[in-house]
Amino acid sequence: MVDKKLLGRENALDVIDKVIRWSPGDLTEVILRSEFTALTRFTKNYIHQNVAESDYRVTVRVIFGKKIGSVTTNSVDDDSLKQAIEDAAAIARLQPPNEDFEGLPEPEPLPDVNCFVPETASFSAKDRAAAVKEIVEIAKERGFEASGAFSTGSAELAVGNSRGVRAYNASTYAALSTVMAGEDGTGYAEASGRDVRELRPAEVARVARAKCEMAQNPVSVPPGEYEVVLEPLAVADLLDYLGRAGFSALAVREGRSFLTGKLGQKLFDEKFNMWDDGLDPRGFPVPFDLEGVPKRKVVLVENGVAKELVYDYATAKKEGKKSTGHGGFRGWGPMPTNLFMGEGTATLEEMIRATKRGILVTRFHYTNMAHPLKVLITGMTRDGTFLIEDGHITKAVKNFRFTESALRVFSTLDMIGREAVRVERTVVPAIRVPAFNFTGVTEF
Amino acid sequence: MKELTKKALDVVKEMGASYGDIRIVETRTQTIRTRNGNVDALSSTRSKGFGIRVLYDGAWGFSSSSTLTEDEVVRVAKEAVEIARASASVKRDKDVVLSPVKPVVSKWTSPVKIDPFSVKTEDKIALLLEADRLMADRKEVKVRIGSMACQREDKIFASTEGSYIEQTKIETGAGIEATAADRGELQRRSYPTSFGGNWATAGYEIVEKMRLLDHAERVAREAVELLTAKQCPSGVMDIIIESSQLALQIHESCGHPIELDRVLGQEASYAGTSFLTPEKLGTFQYGSEEVTITADATLPGGLGSFGFDDEGVPAQRVTIVDKGIFKNYLTSRETAHELGQVSNGAMRADGWNRIPIIRMTNISLEPGDWTLDEMIKDTKEGILVATNKSWSIDDKRLNFQFGTEIAWEIKDGSLGAMLKNPTYTGITYEFWRSCDAVAGKDEWELWGVPNCGKGEPGQVAHVGHGASPARFRRVKVGVGKW
Repeated sequence: MVDKKLLGRENALDVIDKVIRWSPGDLTEVILRSEFTALTRFTKNYIHQNVAESDYRVTVRVIFGKKIGSVTTNSVDDDSLKQAIEDAAAIARLQPPNEDFEGLPEPEPLPDVNCFVPETASFSAKDRAAAVKEIVEIAKERGFEASGAFSTGSAELAVGNSRGVRAYNASTYAALSTVMAGEDGTGYAEASGRDVRELRPAEVARVARAKCEMAQNPVSVPPGEYEVVLEPLAVADLLDYLGRAGFSALAVREGRSFLTGKLGQKLFDEKFNMWDDGLDPRGFPVPFDLEGVPKRKVVLVENGVAKELVYDYATAKKEGKKSTGHGGFRGWGPMPTNLFMGEGTATLEEMIRATKRGILVTRFHYTNMAHPLKVLITGMTRDGTFLIEDGHITKAVKNFRFTESALRVFSTLDMIGREAVRVERTVVPAIRVPAFNFTGVTEF
Repeated sequence: MKELTKKALDVVKEMGASYGDIRIVETRTQTIRTRNGNVDALSSTRSKGFGIRVLYDGAWGFSSSSTLTEDEVVRVAKEAVEIARASASVKRDKDVVLSPVKPVVSKWTSPVKIDPFSVKTEDKIALLLEADRLMADRKEVKVRIGSMACQREDKIFASTEGSYIEQTKIETGAGIEATAADRGELQRRSYPTSFGGNWATAGYEIVEKMRLLDHAERVAREAVELLTAKQCPSGVMDIIIESSQLALQIHESCGHPIELDRVLGQEASYAGTSFLTPEKLGTFQYGSEEVTITADATLPGGLGSFGFDDEGVPAQRVTIVDKGIFKNYLTSRETAHELGQVSNGAMRADGWNRIPIIRMTNISLEPGDWTLDEMIKDTKEGILVATNKSWSIDDKRLNFQFGTEIAWEIKDGSLGAMLKNPTYTGITYEFWRSCDAVAGKDEWELWGVPNCGKGEPGQVAHVGHGASPARFRRVKVGVGKW
């Protein structure tokens, strides 16, 4: 079943066929996206923003030899499509050949992955408001104020090219997050998935509320090197940087990655395993990339050893390899998109018990890369930062700034949580790290 | 289009909305990117659609669509009211009230000397490829990038209060960068600044003024020199911040915390709130006496300039910090009412499919009376930092940390060795209170930031910042282990 607003496989592929038929290029590529999304936002226990959007976008690439022109339009009528083709052809003819262009992929069998949940597609503003009401009531029971967002939507992605690629996928998306605020501390929780029924608003609210209760009356602890227990939200942030900074085949070839010349070496703790898998339903499955190439599982780190990289069509062809289905990020090269970190055996309680004097971090805020080769990252803690003393959480602390290398984190971690959870597109467990650099502290 | 806007407003009124507005927006963008001697991207994007915003039973609803037909306008208008009805089911204890604005019928077009869409694409490509060639001599330079983009936005705003405003805004931007890597080190230099160069509400004249070719060889050379430069020392010292990095400092530590929607908690779940709470208005010492900051949407060429905001409020110049004292927020009609004020016109939406939220206009540090040379001569020990590399700030906008592409030692009033990986950190108001020198008008530059993220669903705003170099005393630099 497909949501009534979506074009559907037949109509979407019909648009692609038409564009390819009308194009004068030696090669042509078409990407069609449709999006029907809605988001309800709340603050201080009431809904303050509530929005919806319907859009279609078609990107046409017309190629003469190695000259490429690209046009995107959000009108899908025949006249607009013809104009887009004409414009793309005109700008392609204007330019010198791109010697790095390696052509377009050939069709391959695509995995059959169901990404569409009708209950998510039909979830209404009224349904979202009911969920928000539930969250707000749970906050009010303790005199807290809940803020957050609940988004649901459906989308289509169709990719085709003149070499015969025809890929179509309809998907749904739901995400819910809430920050609960008390007098002088906040707590956070979130949930996301393709199926809105898995989100359980009351459960999310109770987790945020429990954090918020613990987070009151924070004390200021001096910055420095501490043992840390990082909950999955914080781990996902660091893992995403590690994946993007290191595991792109283009970055490695250009010397921009810490893996240049080091593939096959043991760079991480042997308990550390990381892979990219766009087909695993525990994450956000998607059958193919923006070049229409099927997603393949790529083992990035196995028992601490850096194993494989992600490829798009161009980088793979240059090295005589096969694309892993991580393409379409024009100019940026391939990138990991669906990261997983392997579970360990510890519970969160065991990690806290193993900590003499350390910090428990719920999540990070506004992180940024200070040095890509060192994967040195800075950012703040937020919404639940606690002091651990002699194996117990003793008090809430004011938020820290950290400046730390993700390479060091994943090469020195000594405990890994036994349960990996979905944090948007990344699936990670909690970890314990014996030494983590907090370089500053703020006033709350 | 008048028929469509009228239809939308009639439908929402018939359905009982107390207020409604519609924006019809068409955006056309051309992007060119060269990478290592090739045209890596040459693309043109068109996006057209409309968004309808309503107040019903004291609560907001918004819906939008790219299908510009009467039937779809009616459907979307009804959907916006339905959504507002859902909002009203989890309502605040009081209704949304909009501060008054005089209805306006007007047209506004941004001034342009050379229409960037009229310049031959071949000429633009040739310029970027020539800059690329000038950066190509050194083997350590692994990635050379040139970028140029121009955008035209045509927008109609109509409201149930009688406003009908047509605006056309043209923006242009360009920049180059070189990334060098060797023996386990990686460094980048950019010109005129990082992350896509400089932008303005202007035409191709801004690209000509940049003189990219005059700087290409230096950019590549400095990227290579940085590979073997001294590591920035760690410690507390005086720093002089060059204009483009200071622009980002203003953006993060002044621009965002003065957004009244953040202050009132409307961004609490995502980007955060603000330390500049309402009781500080008019009395809080934000900076030293040297620090006067303005928000000016009327600044010619400013990337955050416009005729009217997306609530139909005219562009204005507002003093935010007056000789160190915090004086004003950026406001909307709804948030201004909360403080008993009227809107100063800072509501902007990222296209037809987003609601307006409070965005920076052009937030600038007003010039002082020093020169950069005088500041260096007057500094015994410190560093001069330039061109942003990384940024981070806490969710109340207090604890910040920036990294820059390059720095130079200052010893006994003279510039010394080049330094790599400079970083500095501080608490916003302590930092601005430590400012003791600001350079004058001659060194004041206006920078465009085309990538300011805010809101859920995400919105990207184009904003501006003017600054001249300034000095800050006893700042913590060289953060972390390198």
